[in-house]
Amino acid sequence: MSSESKIYFYPIWLRIWHGINALGILILIFTGINMQYSNPNFKLMDFELAVNLHNIFGILVSVNYLLFFIGNILTTNKKYYRLKLKGLTKRLKLQVIYYTSGMFKHQQAPFPLSEKRKFNPMQKVAYLSVMYLFVPGLIFTGLALLFPETIIEEVYSFSGIFLTAVLHSSLGFLVSIFLIVHLYVASIGKNPADNFKSIVNGYHDISGH
Amino acid sequence: MLESEIRTPAFLFNSRAMRSYFQLFVFIISICSISGIKAQEKPMTPENELCLKCHTNQTFTFQNTLTDAEDKRMMNPLYIMNKDHFASGVHGKFKCTDCHSSDYETYPHNAELKLEPLSTCLDCHGGDEQYAAYQFEKIDEEFQKSVHFQKSGESFTCSKCHDQHYYQAKSRTSSEVSEIVGFSNEMCMSCHSNNNKFHLISDEIKPELNKIHDWLPNQELHFRNIRCIECHTEVVDSLSVSHNILPKEQALRNCVECHSKNSMLIASLYKYENLQNRTSEGKLNTIIANKSYVIGAYQNPLLNNISILIFLMALAGIGIHLIFRIIKK
Repeated sequence: MSSESKIYFYPIWLRIWHGINALGILILIFTGINMQYSNPNFKLMDFELAVNLHNIFGILVSVNYLLFFIGNILTTNKKYYRLKLKGLTKRLKLQVIYYTSGMFKHQQAPFPLSEKRKFNPMQKVAYLSVMYLFVPGLIFTGLALLFPETIIEEVYSFSGIFLTAVLHSSLGFLVSIFLIVHLYVASIGKNPADNFKSIVNGYHDISGH
Repeated sequence: MLESEIRTPAFLFNSRAMRSYFQLFVFIISICSISGIKAQEKPMTPENELCLKCHTNQTFTFQNTLTDAEDKRMMNPLYIMNKDHFASGVHGKFKCTDCHSSDYETYPHNAELKLEPLSTCLDCHGGDEQYAAYQFEKIDEEFQKSVHFQKSGESFTCSKCHDQHYYQAKSRTSSEVSEIVGFSNEMCMSCHSNNNKFHLISDEIKPELNKIHDWLPNQELHFRNIRCIECHTEVVDSLSVSHNILPKEQALRNCVECHSKNSMLIASLYKYENLQNRTSEGKLNTIIANKSYVIGAYQNPLLNNISILIFLMALAGIGIHLIFRIIKK
């Protein structure tokens, strides 16, 4: 493996953000499940502890999101998230075909990673949805639930808190599904551990692509 | 602001005549609405009107037989009645002398009348077939186990919580959970947030409610949405409202008793079959969903099934993909 085939993909601020976010999200999912499916007969964790941890890590992940958001504004990292809508369906189709058939035939990836392209079209759509829709939605509804007096009491005869809570847990669920898929997709590479190493040391090896 | 809102929109009325018509119209509407409100009020028995002539006032006058002069005094605030609250209470149609001595019909009243022992609730309601559903005897049995009775004995009468003049059977009649909660908690607060009333019963220092509930997250939200008795009584299935108020050491302090699928709230606050029947949908979930959200207690079967399906599909997709990756390596 030559050093030329390595790209410095993940700057230190991004890796710090990712590390805190990963830990935070894992704890939030675990404590969230404990709260949503709490049962006096089967206790994974003390409810009060789950609530407190969920609140603390919710705030931590929210503040940490600012690092991601501001970091992307201030650095060139934002360019990887730019999505051209024209021909997107076609590009997505190509990527789906690669993931479902091409890669098993050892074909070249349709969108190989380079200094200019960190994400393939599918990743772009998934990351954009998660980071600019789901996570902000979770932060917004989560902060509202932390200060329930700020929530509109009734919306078309439904409790405002109820609607906010259902939206919060639904988005949380979608992020959990994203996490599972994200972890699996990260294992796709020359070596399943490569991408996990990359997000720690910052260098991505593109020789396998 | 208010003045500008009620001012006649002059720009709509160019002529003075039209403005006069409008004012007359507003006047007629006002008269109709006032008489409408009057008509809705429950009629008071004429005998009561006589008592309430003085007992709704801040002052009263009487002929002092010793000085032979007319004396004007301040009314004891405890003897000032709220006519409207009395009329909407459960005993609103009673005559004052149904419970108080008929000797009160003489004025000025004989001072010794104050010492008369009044009837207790069970004197009338014990064995009362008309109100069998309320199970007054069972309530009394439960109450005698309560910390209130254990500490204060007979002096802790029903009326300490259930003001016989104004009491309303909200938990049986209201379809609003918030109204049931507010009315119920008001009963506890009448002593537990009032030093004078608290010391009428206890010599202990009145605990600061906010402080002793420090451990409770979102305290204000809990206080507003659930009744004190949810945690401070033992739930008895056969009774609409449990009257066995527990000593503080035995109060419920386990979050998951309420925050779980089989939430205790379903057995207490939301249990009333009549409450469910009072809502048009009659579904427990709907009541909870419409009125509040209890973490862990709200489980929508449709959302649960959809999420399980999505989760399994994701796992299956990953599993199949992984198998192909291994085979085609």
